[in-house]
Amino acid sequence: MKHKLSRFAIPYVIWMALFVVIPIILVVVYAFSSASGGFTLENFSRLGTYTVVFTRSFRLALIATLICLLIGYPVSYMMSKEGPRFQRIAMVLIMLPMWMNFLLRTYSWMSILENNGLLNQLFQKIGLIALYNQVFGTDLTFFRMLNTQGAVVLGMVYNYLPFMILPIYSVIVKLDSSLIEAARDLGANTFHVFRRVILPLSLPGVLSGITMVFVPSVSTFAISKMLGGGTEMMLGDLIEQQFLGGAYNPQLGAAISLVMMLIVVACMVVMNRFGEGEEQAVML
Amino acid sequence: MKKILALAMALSVVLSLTACGGGEEQRVVNVCSWGEYIDEDLIYQFEDETGIKVNYQVAESNEVLYSQLKTGGADYDVIVPSDYMIARLISEGMLAELDYANIPNYDLIDDQYKHLSFDPDNKYTVPYTFGTLGIIYNTTMVDGPITSWDAMFDEKYAGNVLMIRNSRDALAAALLDLGYDINTTDKAEIQAAYQLLSDAKDKGVYQAFVMDEVFNKMEGGNAAIAMYYAGDYLTMLENNPDLAFVVPKEGSNWFVDAMCVLKDAQHQEEAEEWINFIASTSSSLANMDYIWYASPNKEALEEYPAYYQETYSEDLDMGLYEIMAAPKDVLDRCTLYENLPSDTLTLYNDLWTELGI
Repeated sequence: MKHKLSRFAIPYVIWMALFVVIPIILVVVYAFSSASGGFTLENFSRLGTYTVVFTRSFRLALIATLICLLIGYPVSYMMSKEGPRFQRIAMVLIMLPMWMNFLLRTYSWMSILENNGLLNQLFQKIGLIALYNQVFGTDLTFFRMLNTQGAVVLGMVYNYLPFMILPIYSVIVKLDSSLIEAARDLGANTFHVFRRVILPLSLPGVLSGITMVFVPSVSTFAISKMLGGGTEMMLGDLIEQQFLGGAYNPQLGAAISLVMMLIVVACMVVMNRFGEGEEQAVML
Repeated sequence: MKKILALAMALSVVLSLTACGGGEEQRVVNVCSWGEYIDEDLIYQFEDETGIKVNYQVAESNEVLYSQLKTGGADYDVIVPSDYMIARLISEGMLAELDYANIPNYDLIDDQYKHLSFDPDNKYTVPYTFGTLGIIYNTTMVDGPITSWDAMFDEKYAGNVLMIRNSRDALAAALLDLGYDINTTDKAEIQAAYQLLSDAKDKGVYQAFVMDEVFNKMEGGNAAIAMYYAGDYLTMLENNPDLAFVVPKEGSNWFVDAMCVLKDAQHQEEAEEWINFIASTSSSLANMDYIWYASPNKEALEEYPAYYQETYSEDLDMGLYEIMAAPKDVLDRCTLYENLPSDTLTLYNDLWTELGI
């Protein structure tokens, strides 16, 4: 039986080897080589100058992940408490934006947030901007929303929120209701049931949700370019520039990618440790 | 038994694949150009006339194209890079010499677009389009006509200026504003240009750094000033009549995109046939009308106003035509980009990154 299963896994193993393992090896090789091909550490010595970009990327990704969690968890929780019909409809609504291309969705955010965009026109119409000017004594004709870090975070939250909701929801919806009944029988109130039973048991979903939001957020370049105005680079932009910018320096690009990957992996390891600990503590 | 069956199936797949290539040989040519950069009817016309199948692909920028060629991920025959990239490809021995006997339409190209700095002996290229880089501005959002690169760095327009997201063009604007040559390799001059750009950025002059996003932003009146290419200005103008274009008095960059064949091209003969077809007067006219970039074909340049009149039954605005096909006195103020030495390119890249930090 076991033998058979491993045979079915062959396509996946080949896939992984071709498109995951070999590329990572290439990244490592490139990161440690100079333009002429020899071994060098120079690519890494230059990384210090990019600390600001690293911190900015990780900060924005962290904020986006946190917001996704704050919105996503309650949504998943509420959803799982409703009837199957509601769940189906809610699921379709959450998935619906993902049927459209990611770039198109981000592009539409540009026209929504522009200085002359839909939102600003709306604010103008309902007199919000005039009101703001009166209260604060300013002379604005629009609110600056596009080309800010806030817009970048918004773009990340909008695009990646489903990746937070889905794993959490799928864990909560499968929770054994007898556990909750047992907790109630033992005298726990609603808060305690949530705090001591549901929350700890849903942690695996939370952890994979965090991973699935944080990792793409930290490496995004399309969102920051379109919504952030390209004035403040993020890691993705920096890496892209090494490959597709004027100087063509794939070695440096690979070094930055490698360090980014290592930091992300380190974050994940720490978080999973923390998750495991929590789970066990609750079980005890 | 199953194994034999699988083997047979695999074999038949392989055979059917190779069958496409064998037998009645299907002639193909792989072309890589830029997006929205050809009247697509020409592709079908060429296929009908010659029986050569055209695999038409697009790259995002010269740099992306270069990176594709370098990593060996592409098997293009014909590419249409810009001047400075052509110089770089030639210096790295990546282009094939053309047999101009197969490209008689090359003679139709106006002499002022031949033997340019990127290909002084004109052995590798057939020019496809030319144009200028300039300032596009919204006349309702600025005080008066803009004539100088100063506008791109002026605090007066803080938050209303769109800088181009391309180190070469952005630094060229600053270099020109300071009165330097856009092909300078003098570190101090480049550094000074960077300082101008960086100060303006710190003062909040730039709303954003953009490439093709500029269309939406300028058309929607979301920004007052941007720097971009003349041909794209004409496209924007169709959607926002308040826009104006100027080649600043300090001069500017003019560019030539030219068709070249790669050294290891599989279909050089077909490639030359394609180039000849595209360089013809009728193709050039169709292209000019479609993409709003001027063709260097002499006949096409002369005939276009009449062609326009015939097609649309209205007279071509000659002022606009001069923006599309810049006349000699404008081109004389402008300079082609040359390929920069690699240490200058690295400096550009480092400064550009610093600007983004």
